[in-house]
Amino acid sequence: MAILIDKNTKLVVQGITGKQGRFHAQQMIEYGTNVVGGVRAGKGGEWVLGKPVFDTVKAAREATGANCSIIYVPAEGAADAILEAVDAEVELIVCITERIPIQDMMKVRAILDHSKSRLLGANCPGLLTPGQSKVGIMPGYIATPGPVGVVSKSGTLTYEAVYALTQRGIGQTTCVGIGGDPINGTSFLDVLQMFEEDPNTEKVVLIGEIGGTDEQKAADFIDKHMTKPVVAFIAGQRAPEGKTMGHAGALVEGNVGTAAEKIEKLKSVGVKVAAYPEQIPDLIMQ
Amino acid sequence: MNLHEYQAKLRFAEFGIPVPRGKVAFNANEAYEIAKELGGVTVVKAQVHAGGRGKAGGVKVAKTPEDAREHASKILGMNIKGHTVNKVLVDPGANIKGEIYLAVTNDRAARKPLIMASAEGGMDIEEVNRVSPEKIVRVHVDPLIGLRGYQITELASGINLPHDLWKQFEKIAMGLYNCYVGSDATLCEINPLAVVEEYGQTILKALDGKMTIDGNGLGRHPELETLRDTSEEPQEEITARESDLSYVKLDGQIGCMVNGAGLAMATMDMTAHFGEQYGIGPANFLDVGGGADPDQVAAALRIILSDKNVKAILINIFGGITRCDDVARGIITAMSEVPTQLPIIVRLIGTNQEEGLAIINSANLTNMTGAKTLYEAAQKAVEAVRGAK
Ligand SMILES: Nc1ncnc2c1ncn2[C@@H]1O[C@H](COP(=O)(O)OP(=O)(O)OP(=O)(O)O)[C@@H](O)[C@H]1O
Ligand SMILES: [Mg+2]
Repeated sequence: MAILIDKNTKLVVQGITGKQGRFHAQQMIEYGTNVVGGVRAGKGGEWVLGKPVFDTVKAAREATGANCSIIYVPAEGAADAILEAVDAEVELIVCITERIPIQDMMKVRAILDHSKSRLLGANCPGLLTPGQSKVGIMPGYIATPGPVGVVSKSGTLTYEAVYALTQRGIGQTTCVGIGGDPINGTSFLDVLQMFEEDPNTEKVVLIGEIGGTDEQKAADFIDKHMTKPVVAFIAGQRAPEGKTMGHAGALVEGNVGTAAEKIEKLKSVGVKVAAYPEQIPDLIMQ
Repeated sequence: MNLHEYQAKLRFAEFGIPVPRGKVAFNANEAYEIAKELGGVTVVKAQVHAGGRGKAGGVKVAKTPEDAREHASKILGMNIKGHTVNKVLVDPGANIKGEIYLAVTNDRAARKPLIMASAEGGMDIEEVNRVSPEKIVRVHVDPLIGLRGYQITELASGINLPHDLWKQFEKIAMGLYNCYVGSDATLCEINPLAVVEEYGQTILKALDGKMTIDGNGLGRHPELETLRDTSEEPQEEITARESDLSYVKLDGQIGCMVNGAGLAMATMDMTAHFGEQYGIGPANFLDVGGGADPDQVAAALRIILSDKNVKAILINIFGGITRCDDVARGIITAMSEVPTQLPIIVRLIGTNQEEGLAIINSANLTNMTGAKTLYEAAQKAVEAVRGAK
């Protein structure tokens, strides 16, 4: 068992003919993900990596029965790509693209709220259910099957934590990157709830960062609804106020969204907070 | 990206919002000339990317052109919250009867635009928000529908605006919302939206303007990109943006180059974790981004090396979308273009890590050390700075 994706996931790659789309489609296929096709308007009928390319997501879905899509489309067209996948009623849409304008995401989010689809991201590394399926850009070899669920706003910092767990022999149910944008499709709260309900997940790692109040809301949820232990790490303790630290969402505004505030709130509900990423396995084993 | 007050007000005017017809001066004589041309009382206002200019003495009323010259000479060169004033706006003085606050911004938690108004606008709005937040009326806008007339009514009646000003207010609120959408802004603020007596009439006028543009939306607004004031940013941050890197200058000694924002923050935190007791910390935040290519990595190294405080460099790359062989080639290219004797600690791990490490090793650079973990890399960087002291 796992959350969101498993060996039955049928994936279509939006933007499969681009450099990044192609490279990562190849990596996903090698990992064992069931990639059933790609989408690129104007290239329908072609083949990439032995997979059929379609002009639209709808056509791809009809022909292949895909239930998941991943987006490697440049920022200008990414919101459009998400909306196309929503319109085609794809169940899970994963958007890797970074730098989508926030007003586009507000509209996308408003439409998602009344749709059958779930969006992960944008500006995220995707997700990985070790040994079953990888949808995104996480390096597959860092993860191994096991009982820990991982959820994170960051890309490479997630790899860091997952790799540290794997090296200590602690496997994962699913590793989920929700992305670092201020407005995204899936929140910490959504994923925590899924891990709480997943019978194979015994413990959870949450990796947050400065900016916004998602981690604080996650703490409230953990306090009220979670029976499984959670270990957290929050990046950006040395971030100056008013400066965007790479992720559009990583911004301390006034005194809202500081690492200290989040760490304190998480600790107050019994979450163990690691001082640095490589300490996460120690806290998980305690 | 922040706009100056004069730039924001020009943008507001394009959306039908009444603003004063002032001009910008770069020296005291220009201020004198503008004040003379405007005639009557004028206001001299510092143009810097900092709030609270009025309270800092950056906004002064001038009765005569000579006064305007006098004020301008004092305000120019003034330091407001770390920003040096190098231009002033000279606006005609207004006969103010009341000050309203009106703003549109993103409400991150609600995932919607938020429009706010208060009858108690002016320089103490932060205080109003702190002490009596109920005096600020807040209305969320559905981004798919846009701002509707009834919502503006809600604002106008919520702040007890006299009925005879409603028509003007509606036009201004709608204009401000359209400006926010049409500029990919994250903030459009008028404070004060003043109730002004002019030629025997009562009108609403935007005496101050503030706009912040979403950097990710700038591509759609080339006309706004030209308004960027690079004199307000550290040189390194400008160079970084031109190379598509995200960089924030800090005041430590360890130059950090990392891929991914979260890991870059964690790396900063780690250097401080080990270095704090010796007064050592990160010199910068630098994310070489998802698909960093050799040119970008080289540009990143050049930016780090241009900071004279840097005594050691920590390169921490965990390859996901970024491939370690690309990064390694970038490091070698940069080293040949910008040679340095500074100690460099490199940690490469992830996609194509063997190829990456092979490229680094075959280059035989003596000041470069490898590290296996982030913990080890940060410790080595702190040691290197201590050795250099
Ligand atoms: N043209 C004008 N005529 C008369 N008074 C003015 C004029 N412009 C500004 N003022 C007065 O000066 C005060 C401060 O000006 P302004 O709002 O532009 O700066 P500020 O709010 O202090 O700056 P910041 O936006 O940096 O916080 C206003 O609240 C208003 O009372
Ligand atoms: Mg003001």
